[in-house]
Amino acid sequence: MTRTDPQQEMESIVERALDAAKRAGASQADVLLVQSEDREVRVRGTEIEFVKQAKERGLGIRTLVEGRGGLQTAIVSTSDLAPDAIDRMAGEAVALARATAPDPTAGIPADGFATDLPDLALFDPGDRNVSLEARIDDARRAEAAAREVDPRIDNSEGSQASSGFASITYGNSHGFMSSYDSASHGLFSEPLARDGDSMQRDYWMTAARSLSGLEDAASVGRRAAQRVLRRLGAKRIPTCEVPVLFDGITAPSLIGQLTSCLSGYAIYRESSFLKDRLGESIASDLVTIIDDGRLPGALGSKPFDGEGQPTRRNLLVTSGRLESWLLDHYSGRKLGLPSTGSASRGSGSGPHVGTTNLWLEPGEGSLDELISEIDRGLLVTELIGMGFNPTTGDYSRGAVGLWIEKGEIVHPVEEITIAGNLGDMFQQIDRVGSELVWRGRTAAPPLRIAAMTVAGE
Amino acid sequence: MSESNDSQPSAAERGLAFFQDRFDLDDRSLATALDTALEREIDYADLYFEYTTTDSVALEEGIVKSGDRHLEQGVGVRAVKGERQGYAHSDDLSVDGAKIAAGTARAIANEPSTQAPVAIASQTPSHDLYPVELAPTDVPVATKVAWLGEIDAYARAKDSRITQVMASIVCQQKHILIAASDGTRVADILPLVRINVQVLASDGTKREIGYQGAGGRFELGVLQDPARWQALVDEAVRVALLNLDAEPCPAGTMDVVLGPGWPGILLHEAIGHGLEGDFNRKKTSAFSGRLGQRVASEGVTVIDDGTLPGRRGSLNVDDEGTPTQRNVLIENGILVGYMQDRLNAKLMGVAPTGNGRRESYAHVPLPRMTNTFMLAGQDDPEEILKSVDNGLYAVSFSGGQVDITSGKFVFSASEAYRIENGRIGAPVKGATLIGNGPDVLTRVSRIGHDLALDEGVGTCGKDGQGVPVGVGLPTIRIDALTVGGTQG
Repeated sequence: MTRTDPQQEMESIVERALDAAKRAGASQADVLLVQSEDREVRVRGTEIEFVKQAKERGLGIRTLVEGRGGLQTAIVSTSDLAPDAIDRMAGEAVALARATAPDPTAGIPADGFATDLPDLALFDPGDRNVSLEARIDDARRAEAAAREVDPRIDNSEGSQASSGFASITYGNSHGFMSSYDSASHGLFSEPLARDGDSMQRDYWMTAARSLSGLEDAASVGRRAAQRVLRRLGAKRIPTCEVPVLFDGITAPSLIGQLTSCLSGYAIYRESSFLKDRLGESIASDLVTIIDDGRLPGALGSKPFDGEGQPTRRNLLVTSGRLESWLLDHYSGRKLGLPSTGSASRGSGSGPHVGTTNLWLEPGEGSLDELISEIDRGLLVTELIGMGFNPTTGDYSRGAVGLWIEKGEIVHPVEEITIAGNLGDMFQQIDRVGSELVWRGRTAAPPLRIAAMTVAGE
Repeated sequence: MSESNDSQPSAAERGLAFFQDRFDLDDRSLATALDTALEREIDYADLYFEYTTTDSVALEEGIVKSGDRHLEQGVGVRAVKGERQGYAHSDDLSVDGAKIAAGTARAIANEPSTQAPVAIASQTPSHDLYPVELAPTDVPVATKVAWLGEIDAYARAKDSRITQVMASIVCQQKHILIAASDGTRVADILPLVRINVQVLASDGTKREIGYQGAGGRFELGVLQDPARWQALVDEAVRVALLNLDAEPCPAGTMDVVLGPGWPGILLHEAIGHGLEGDFNRKKTSAFSGRLGQRVASEGVTVIDDGTLPGRRGSLNVDDEGTPTQRNVLIENGILVGYMQDRLNAKLMGVAPTGNGRRESYAHVPLPRMTNTFMLAGQDDPEEILKSVDNGLYAVSFSGGQVDITSGKFVFSASEAYRIENGRIGAPVKGATLIGNGPDVLTRVSRIGHDLALDEGVGTCGKDGQGVPVGVGLPTIRIDALTVGGTQG
């Protein structure tokens, strides 16, 4: 990576905060500075409805002071980067730390910091000066394409385009200091369709590190339109137990929920239903789940984590076997294990465990083929509600989807719930499709669960 | 409308002095920043200055491992022309920061303006619903740390099956100053406190979580009363132990009785969002065009009221400077009102209702709820339970969501029981309720006399913005609601 002047300026601010923390009495400290610039536009119909531009900075200082039997920790954050404000905040952090309890596990990592920082293609320099007009044009094209598909699409919540640029600098009292720049661009379209009394909405979206990585705007609008049209005339179905197929939009949520139960914090707090299962089979042998922070150009990639540790490829589940927790420094020490480079951090918070690019390895067969294999079952295209309990694995969420009879989609369904236990659901995955498309930091191909309870009429 | 308080100046007065003394934001400088936005031909511009301190201390494994303190400050500037909004924000809380943002926000219009300079009004009305002597962020950290230790010891002493206790105290003091091109100029100081208690119960084979929290816009001392916080811990412990013995939830359509208080989240999800002005102006809500129509049973009256003293969802003025008020949404079953911010009220030709809210200076205002509740009826809650042969009694919930357009909503119970022959039966876990907003309240067949508001822990999300809200409900019976469990 090449260094830029703004990065040097940011590093000198972080240096100042580290010095101020040390002068105030901190024995260890680390500092995160995030500078971001965001643009967002929304077009609804033919009108520009919303234009937003903003620049923001956030400085987070973690200080640790020596206490009786351990270190005492505090975190402060501010957007005021004036030198005297930084000195004052560092002093407040130390005073706050002295009021907390000594924790024998507390501390920042002493070594293992990222040394070689690969170019992960986190931004395209050519995108830096993208004009608002260009993004407005993208939103217009998506919106127009959605509305052209069918006369029943006569309204929308609009089409939205966004471009964000961030510079992140992290430094700590063990001498690590590094910066990187990244970008994220998106396009989202949410049309409405009406047929008689039935009104439905749905969406399609694309996101990437570079503008050239986005799906074509007209294609986003058309696919959003196709998704909403097929929801018209949705019916309820009787309560039943059937095979349930999740598409590429809904399957990632299952992977995300399972992985949240692999966080080191959930394990030492005993609040994960998987806490005693390391090394055991927790899913069908079709299931392999990977988290990799170094995929070039991917939305979850970063050269180092929130504690300066190198990001890496973590095999979490291989052929159904639980291989690893996700750990930052603290939760790793609690469990007697090294960090997996999974510390996630914003300027306003301390480190916690997060995923980077998380996916389930694809299998064979398109979504259409998977549908054709089902005699009677449900394809889930949207999930609502928060009905998942990580401590027990109990799962019950509202669903929208398409009813399948004899390998064909026969009608849309709504106002139903699907329920089970996430552990059982992963054991019962009996089909994994081939299509893996990234639309965010988590991706999964279509998945079939052999049987779930569907509650309806 | 400004209510007097003998002990100290109102929050509006103190807020104005705060921004004037600390950031030199007087009427003249506010007017010049607004004039910058009005150099183009726009209808309306507003400025929102914010200075917020939030601190939290959290305990786990018997010790307070960390203290956090966050300062958020900045200004958001909005320019409005017709349906079009330009928004810019900056973390530079000053007149200069506001002028630069105004120059960006006004770019939604191209024509130079001929408008007269802005004249700031001398007084914009406001309530004074949450006066506090001591800001919650000024309570010493040591006091909070010691208190969390007491909570931990008390919870662990309750039952040997309690193996983990996590507790936190979160305090916020938010200062806002709003100025708009119509002359509006108003400030507020908003305290917000919250305490959270979560326990893990383990019987050797199963583990379950119990949670209880409380909060509002009042002094932290209100919650420091042992009777108050011990009741919260008792609840968290009771629910965790109860769920150890809970059975899987039945699936299918059945009669449901909702208990008083927090189950008012039903109103929030099933109808509240659908009655927000933006969705109705754009005709994207399942409730669009239904004013004057029956949307609930006779006897059902639903209110959104931002003026309840000390409540989590209350505001002296909304985030556009409009004083909050008591808005009737459904009166005796008939839809009578939507909740409005200024933009949507103007486009729909109605008055703003004090519901324009935003998460922070970095966010544009949207029509949002404040405290949403159903008025009490006349039925005895015991009788309501007895009226159900076989069904579900849901007492507490963990969250919900709604599809505004189709009207379908869902919410998840954290404490629920079977009803068998009119009596409360076995506890069940993992119950999700799903229904259709525009008709669920038409199936309310009984309304209890026991209206209660929630404990003050609700946060509502919309367009990625979270704002504190309240809900309330008497015991009600809903006929034929779909319950999503695992036992077909």
